[in-house]
Amino acid sequence: MVTLGDYLIVSGILFAIGFAGVMLRRNLIIIFMSLELMLNAANLSLVAFSRFHVQPNGLPNYNAQVFVFFIITVAAAEVAVGLAIIVALFRARQTTNVEDITSLKF
Amino acid sequence: MPSFLFWIFALLMLVFGAAVVINRNPIASALNLVVSFLGLAALFMSLDAFFVGIIQVLVYAGAIMVLFLFIIMLLDLQAEKLRKINWVASAGGIAVALALLAQIFHVIGNLKAAQHTFPPLTRSTIDDVRNVGLVLFENYNLPFQIIGILVLVATIGVVVLSRRELR
Repeated sequence: MVTLGDYLIVSGILFAIGFAGVMLRRNLIIIFMSLELMLNAANLSLVAFSRFHVQPNGLPNYNAQVFVFFIITVAAAEVAVGLAIIVALFRARQTTNVEDITSLKF
Repeated sequence: MPSFLFWIFALLMLVFGAAVVINRNPIASALNLVVSFLGLAALFMSLDAFFVGIIQVLVYAGAIMVLFLFIIMLLDLQAEKLRKINWVASAGGIAVALALLAQIFHVIGNLKAAQHTFPPLTRSTIDDVRNVGLVLFENYNLPFQIIGILVLVATIGVVVLSRRELR
């Protein structure tokens, strides 16, 4: 049978993949996609805890699923704003590579 | 859910998630991310969270990834040229990610509840849109309205950012 730990480990591996993407890649859009992977890993563990914590009325704990709903909404808003910033940056610099964007470098 | 289905979908999600990071072409990365999200939606369904699974497919695999593909098309990004790889930085990034993974494994290994299987549900969750909606509007009414304001602000912000000249 599948245990709670299996879901948490899968979620942790997904989070680590997203984290490695943020650390390793140099393309802003890929970094952004890796951020989405990390958000989704957190969502998976939240839903697993929701199903694990069965309420006295025999239903899963819906507070966690409402939380996931909020995370998905905020992620959608974040993607819209972030991609608009990337487009504005591309207009100004003609690049999406983080190594070429060094104006704030000390 | 039978455990082999869980492992199939988990493996699908992880393999395509890794392909997002490995692929050199941004469009291939975006399409791999769609498949990864579909595997994740199947895992949500396996946890009896049908509403969240449907939202995952509609909002993430549908709306957000279309936005990503649209921006990649708009910017006309090609596959990245082979740059000189900074081996020190790459090794450092992989080491930090592996350290994080080791810590997650350590915490889950020490968690007593992680050994337990999921307790059975005594009621059907087939109408869980109604249940999620009841919790959302009864207990989280104010956060829900704040989220509405946030989405409105994001929309206005995107319009301002996308104007020809920023002043």
